[in-house]
Amino acid sequence: MPLLAQAAAPAATATTSIGQPNGVAMAFFFVFIGVTLAITWWAARRTRTTEHFYAAGRTVTAGQNGLALAGDYMSAASFLGIAGLVSTTGFDGLIYSTGWLVGWPVVLFLIAEPLRNLGRFTFTDVLALRLREVPVRIAAAVGALATVTLYLIAQMVGAGSLIRLMFGIPYEGAIAIVGVAMIAYVMFGGMLATTWVQIVKAALLLSGAALLAALVLARFHWNPAALFAAAAARYGDGVLAPGRLVSNPWDAVSLGLALMFGTAGLPHILMRFYTVPDARTARRSVFYATGLIGFFYLLTFILGFGAMVLVGPEAIRAVEAGGNMAAPLLAEFLGGRPFLGFIAAVAFATILAVVSGLTLAGAAALSHDLWVNVVHRGSADTVEELRVARLATLGLGVVAVLLGITFKGQNVAFMVSLAFAIAASANFPALVLAIFWRGCTTAGAVASMVLGTVGTLTLIYLSPTVQIDILKHAAAWFPLKNPALVTMPLSFAAGVIVSLVTARRSEAERYERVRRRMHLGAEE
Amino acid sequence: MALAVDDRHARLEALAAARWRVALGLTIAMIAVYFGFIALIAFNRPLLATLVVPGLSLGILLGALVIVGAWVLTWIYVRWANVHYDTHLDRLNQPGP
Repeated sequence: MPLLAQAAAPAATATTSIGQPNGVAMAFFFVFIGVTLAITWWAARRTRTTEHFYAAGRTVTAGQNGLALAGDYMSAASFLGIAGLVSTTGFDGLIYSTGWLVGWPVVLFLIAEPLRNLGRFTFTDVLALRLREVPVRIAAAVGALATVTLYLIAQMVGAGSLIRLMFGIPYEGAIAIVGVAMIAYVMFGGMLATTWVQIVKAALLLSGAALLAALVLARFHWNPAALFAAAAARYGDGVLAPGRLVSNPWDAVSLGLALMFGTAGLPHILMRFYTVPDARTARRSVFYATGLIGFFYLLTFILGFGAMVLVGPEAIRAVEAGGNMAAPLLAEFLGGRPFLGFIAAVAFATILAVVSGLTLAGAAALSHDLWVNVVHRGSADTVEELRVARLATLGLGVVAVLLGITFKGQNVAFMVSLAFAIAASANFPALVLAIFWRGCTTAGAVASMVLGTVGTLTLIYLSPTVQIDILKHAAAWFPLKNPALVTMPLSFAAGVIVSLVTARRSEAERYERVRRRMHLGAEE
Repeated sequence: MALAVDDRHARLEALAAARWRVALGLTIAMIAVYFGFIALIAFNRPLLATLVVPGLSLGILLGALVIVGAWVLTWIYVRWANVHYDTHLDRLNQPGP
């Protein structure tokens, strides 16, 4: 294919300005901060009640929530990480592109509408509706906080290193900037500000990625196959097929399980369904989100292979060994420093938005689930709950900054898989059992959540990722990098068996209420 | 009056059962599509390396089709919910016999 070989310009020797202060990046970044802080100021004046703080007054439309869900979900890991993985390994990176989308239909079919009708602010509300409130709230809040904290650490550490790489700001300074901005959004603007930050970020990320992909495709006669062929011509047909990333087949299946069902157990995603007026809007918003997220992951195919052909894996690894700078390097190659600046600012905005959503979900677990409904047995007034929620935000933000600095330089990939594994093993099974199974009991749900959390943490500790990669032991007790293949079925089994043993007529009778409300809403 | 309540209860039961069947069926379809793809990656790599047209391997094509498949399944669900589920819900929500 001489034509294709011609289309691909040699670029392995490309020099980059990544890491040097970039005026365009700074300008875009300050515009983003300015716009989002203005949104926060506007939202703060409208955030007077808990209904506003946790759920944006339930006034978000389906289209807005679809964008916000996409914004909450498309993290820097998917933008920079997948593009980097594809550009350096080829096909293997695409396993993530598909895996991170297929959880969304599951959210739509099983979770979104029942959740909207059954709860008020957090997914824990759904469990508390039909089971004994105190034990399930504590167990579910622990699962939610574990998921949020692990995800938050991963995002903070990623933020610190990426921002240092792209803007030349010191690691600790970058983390502090992210921390201050996210605390400001969430503490003052609550869910309304967080939602609009997500919408702005999603629009920026989608348009930035689409523009980048279009510039790549323009060089290959608008034919993706020509791009892939150019990659194969240069780096061998192997880049178009599964390679060494999936050395253990069961690891691939286990990771797939965690990605697919973890999405339906992520507290910051589930919380979004309370921002819309009703279950029908929740349904449409997931439909839009699935479309947008799927479109974005299709773009990562183009971005990854585009960076492989136009920039080259060697040049990408030379800038950062993990390959995370593939998309920014591609932007620099195609549009020079201004475009690099734009894409860098988009990546920063992406991180900022995701950590804001996580912080809000964590604050809701602390204030709404633990403080108000466990410590105060639901009797706290709105003003006090709002104050506690804001304090929880501040506390969580400070903790996130400290953890981000503590875990500097650590391999954080396992924390993301841990967060997804806990979400899939601790949160998802209990939710499904409580929503769909009459026989589910308090003891069963608690057993499922506790076993899911403890089991996942234990097996991750015993996994090759921690034992071999981090602790440098020769062998690991548990063969899989991701434990979901074991812990998710175990958690379901624990929930079912303990429920059967502790079956109570009164809890089964309360399920009738759940069923009615699940379909007809709370007004019934 | 008691009859109307019973009838309403039965209709809600039927609606709940129908929604559960559709949700479970579509979830299983999504699991089959995605884990079918994962199983091929795990156990039949040579097949995925086959080129459909120059540059386009079966693996990349199927990967894109998994995403398209997820779209199709969500579309089927939303269609069903808009046409059937919502209609029955509206009828259940109406006062009177």
